[in-house]
Amino acid sequence: VSAPESVAGGREQRVLEIIETARAKPARFREKRITLAHGAGGKATQTLIEGLFVPAFGTPGGTLAELGDAGAVRAGGAQLAMTTDSFVVKPLRFPGGSIGELAVNGTVNDLAVSGARALALTVSLILEEGLDADVLRAEVRAIADAAQTAGVEIVGGDTKVVERGAADGMYICTSAVGAVDARAKLSSAAIAAGDRVLVSGPIAEHGMAIMLARNLFDLDASIESDTCSLWPAVNALLDACGPQLHCMRDATRGGVASVLNELARAAGVSVTVREADVPLAPSVAAAAELLGIEPMHVANEGRLVAFVAPAVAERALSALRAVAGCEQAALIGAVGEEPPGMVLVETGFGGRRVMDQLVGDPLPRIC
Amino acid sequence: VRYVDEFRNAELGQAVAGEILASVDPERHYKLMEICGGHTHAIYKYALDDLLPASVELVHGPGCPVCVIPMGRVDDAIALARTEGLIFTCFGDMLRVPGSQETLLDAKAQGADVRMVYSPLDALRIARENPDREVVFFAIGFETTAPSTALTLKRAKAEGIRNFTCFCNHVTIEPPLRALLEAPDMSLDGFVGPGHVCTVVGTRAFEFIPSQYGRPVVISGFEPLDILQSVLMLVRQLRDGRCEVENQYTRVVPRDGNPLALKVMAEVFEPRPHFEWRGLGSIAHSALALSAAYGDFDAEQRFGVPGVRVEDPKACQCGEVLKGVIKPWECKVFGTACTPEHAIGTCMVSPEGACAAYYNYGRLTRAKEVV
Repeated sequence: VSAPESVAGGREQRVLEIIETARAKPARFREKRITLAHGAGGKATQTLIEGLFVPAFGTPGGTLAELGDAGAVRAGGAQLAMTTDSFVVKPLRFPGGSIGELAVNGTVNDLAVSGARALALTVSLILEEGLDADVLRAEVRAIADAAQTAGVEIVGGDTKVVERGAADGMYICTSAVGAVDARAKLSSAAIAAGDRVLVSGPIAEHGMAIMLARNLFDLDASIESDTCSLWPAVNALLDACGPQLHCMRDATRGGVASVLNELARAAGVSVTVREADVPLAPSVAAAAELLGIEPMHVANEGRLVAFVAPAVAERALSALRAVAGCEQAALIGAVGEEPPGMVLVETGFGGRRVMDQLVGDPLPRIC
Repeated sequence: VRYVDEFRNAELGQAVAGEILASVDPERHYKLMEICGGHTHAIYKYALDDLLPASVELVHGPGCPVCVIPMGRVDDAIALARTEGLIFTCFGDMLRVPGSQETLLDAKAQGADVRMVYSPLDALRIARENPDREVVFFAIGFETTAPSTALTLKRAKAEGIRNFTCFCNHVTIEPPLRALLEAPDMSLDGFVGPGHVCTVVGTRAFEFIPSQYGRPVVISGFEPLDILQSVLMLVRQLRDGRCEVENQYTRVVPRDGNPLALKVMAEVFEPRPHFEWRGLGSIAHSALALSAAYGDFDAEQRFGVPGVRVEDPKACQCGEVLKGVIKPWECKVFGTACTPEHAIGTCMVSPEGACAAYYNYGRLTRAKEVV
């Protein structure tokens, strides 16, 4: 839909250009204190990473500044990928999964969307004094089962116990190493105008399931977390597209919107999403509507977003839909050139708007 | 939620947009204000501007509950939240609204027990579960949310809950609208009226606008099709030389509102002599305090608050935005010093605020778009 009559006036456009210039600058970390927003995966997290961590830890030509889901490691002739993630979700068990299952899948998925199959995983546990041993037993079982399903070997770990009140039941940190698949040629720089954007299934289910599991609202809906290993989906995409698969991300905290914004910025392209094509379960849509939450800002734990060359888009979609759990995968949008760094939404109502990253945090500790 | 789908049907939307185009006088400009922040949010979320002719300009009004809270009241809230042993509950949006020094979120990070709730009843539940601690609810909002605060206080009283109080910042919609209509720079042609407020106060409460100020009003629902249809009804009133309150939201809004809600409000609240509004200054009888019968539940009485009036920041033009005198992007600090992450003004915080809606959804350099 074009609306020539609503073309912004010259002065408005100048103001908008100044804003875009300001936004394109590297984020600065200026806060006096850490707030929950810094852990929410949105803009505040970005200022922390780009304004504090990367300047301190990054090395020239190193892999950190690429801000991928996993870092590249070269060991002899082998291309490896390495990543780490910690899990502090509340409640520990929720419909569709638990902290243990999440801790394995989350880390395995960070490798998967980097084109690497997880080989070895370490598990560190921080336990609160007084934790019911049966709760721990159940989570150890969940970790073991998820690792077996994902085909990753647990090779080490660590345990700490802190005083009652210093942790909430249990926290888990997992790290993993994987081998980068020979078929994978993935990077945000490979994203180009014309690329199509795929999502591997209905969105927003994990975050919404957690929200409802906390019983903050008198809302009854059977929404289950989508937590699962994404390697089968990645494997199918690599098979179908090879080097035409340009980039992937795991749409966790901050949701699909944050992933698209990060990549649009990194690649200097625009992304336009057709809202009506984004798969969304009716129960999730209804809950989001009632709570006034944008589903594209809600976390997923088993959904990836993929950028593919237009020529292979349909093939990629068919390949993805053949994978168990991805039957509702969809093509949701396309990459353009202008305006660079921005994500736009074509609303089901025929208008176009900006879709920005999440600011603040609708609900902390979802993973 | 199936029910709302038909109000988001794109074909119907295009059809109404076509009727608007056919009904406007090509020679004139239409400056219409949507009073309610919920409408502002929906207009940007569905990019309704894209569907309107250039001659129809939507101006965003003062009906965003978060946006109208002045800094002094935020400072008072933070002072309450810092009270030793107290649990301070409020809606999520208020957490990020800047006071003169900091936000409630900052106070929370420094140890204040600030908890986000979705309704006053959640706050009451927290009070019930923590009988040895004082629990304060930060009540904000127009006539839309005031009844739920009133009902919660009635329940607290009936249950004899002694550790629950309310920091009352409820406001009423008529006084700021009158202030707006009497302002010398007033240039509005008509109003899209707030559907949710009208479910409580009825369409009758808006009849003063046509009768005393000669401007048409259409009470509107919140789906994109509702808003477009309301714009059409306004344009047609102006075309036909009519000036009245019409009700587009008949599926919900009766003329007399909700007598039961009005009765509960009258029992629990009384008008404040004056209330300071963000950007609009002090307006007489524009807000609600707890009535004498509910004085025991008044946090201001139980704990005392500094009550220091704080000037709006010099650079901030929230007042002009709330009055519809300037567009969000015309504010000197919009999008540069004032962003949703680091807001100076309240309008940049709430998703219903005109500046936040424009920044988050409308920030499009349309001339450069390629489709």
